[in-house]
Amino acid sequence: MEVNDIIKPENLVYHKPALLKDCTMHYCPGCSHSTVHKIVCEVIEEMGATEYAIGVAPVGCAVFAYNYIDVDMSEAAHGRAPAVATAIKRLQPDKLVFTYQGDGDLAAIGTCETIHAANRGENITIIFINNAIYGMTGGQMAPTTLLGQKTATTPYGRRVDLNGYPLAISNLLAQLDGTCFVTRQSVHSPAAVRKAKAAIRKAFENSMARKGTSVVEIIGTCNSGWKLSPVDANNWMEEHMFEKYPIGDLKNV
Amino acid sequence: MAKFKGAVVIDEERCKGCNICVATCPFKVLALQKKEVNNKGYHYAYMENPDACTGCTSCGTVCPDACIEVYRAKID
Ligand SMILES: Cc1ncc(C[n+]2csc(CCOP(=O)(O)OP(=O)(O)O)c2C)c(N)n1
Ligand code: SF4
Ligand code: SF4
Ligand code: SF4
Ligand SMILES: [Mg+2]
Repeated sequence: MEVNDIIKPENLVYHKPALLKDCTMHYCPGCSHSTVHKIVCEVIEEMGATEYAIGVAPVGCAVFAYNYIDVDMSEAAHGRAPAVATAIKRLQPDKLVFTYQGDGDLAAIGTCETIHAANRGENITIIFINNAIYGMTGGQMAPTTLLGQKTATTPYGRRVDLNGYPLAISNLLAQLDGTCFVTRQSVHSPAAVRKAKAAIRKAFENSMARKGTSVVEIIGTCNSGWKLSPVDANNWMEEHMFEKYPIGDLKNV
Repeated sequence: MAKFKGAVVIDEERCKGCNICVATCPFKVLALQKKEVNNKGYHYAYMENPDACTGCTSCGTVCPDACIEVYRAKID
């Protein structure tokens, strides 16, 4: 069978989701943000939620998420996405409301908004991309940066005596009575992408069923900030990040 | 058992040459262009070994930029 006999509409088994706009995303080659945008679009399409989904974009590399994910979106001040999402969901309880935030946005400047929205049990989904660095601003240390990890502001590696410990904020969020589902996923392999998709779907369904706050942490790479090739960054993540941030559900009620 | 043969279509202009699909394909079908680049200057991915493709969708699933369409046909 020739390639041209295979490439026919009836044989199509995988394609770009229509909700992901045709424009090129500004992300570096191989950036996990791109993969997560793609699967968020796939889940919204599969749920038939295009007309009632509202996203809130962060400050960080994903600041332009609203240019790529073709649903209604709002932009929040740095770290304030859970507060903006709270307002949107309370005013429009029938909408599927989610935030999309990096680790600097969620676990540094936005810690207060994150913890209180989750503690109030707001019926929103928080999609949290933990790449252990401030990607957008040039690769500075984040609260989530691993001990020993080299960044622009920890050139000799993160040290406990100077910089404190890496913050596993999802574990904290899982302790709060307001959260119903807290999970940690990744997108570096086909199986991981499928599991991350299923987790986002479950979180979105929880939000629509008003079960409380769902948090989907995705351990991601920032290959530019880590100064590795995209494939090496995926390998580095598997070797180093999963030890501190193990993949799996932290809470599911 | 039914056997499948696959093929992929890569959006060359969308591709950023990240090499993740190449590293992920279980059948070593894909490669990055060695000399050719797209309008953005990236060595884009292509099917170097099309006969080995089973249409498993692994490459499409991991491609960050959603550049890959996967097709699969049954052969008996
Ligand atoms: C009030 C305010 N303080 C600081 C900044 C600078 N700033 C922009 S993005 C960012 C951190 C981004 O890191 P993260 O949320 O992890 O996103 P990433 O780029 O890694 O996805 C910072 C500190 C800002 N834009 N606004
Ligand atoms: S700097 Fe890092 S997080 Fe930002 S787009 Fe590049 S790889 Fe992604
Ligand atoms: S569909 Fe599977 S076999 Fe074909 S190129 Fe993609 S990963 Fe390789
Ligand atoms: S994974 Fe996508 S962007 Fe990366 S090289 Fe393959 S086709 Fe290009
Ligand atoms: Mg970050």
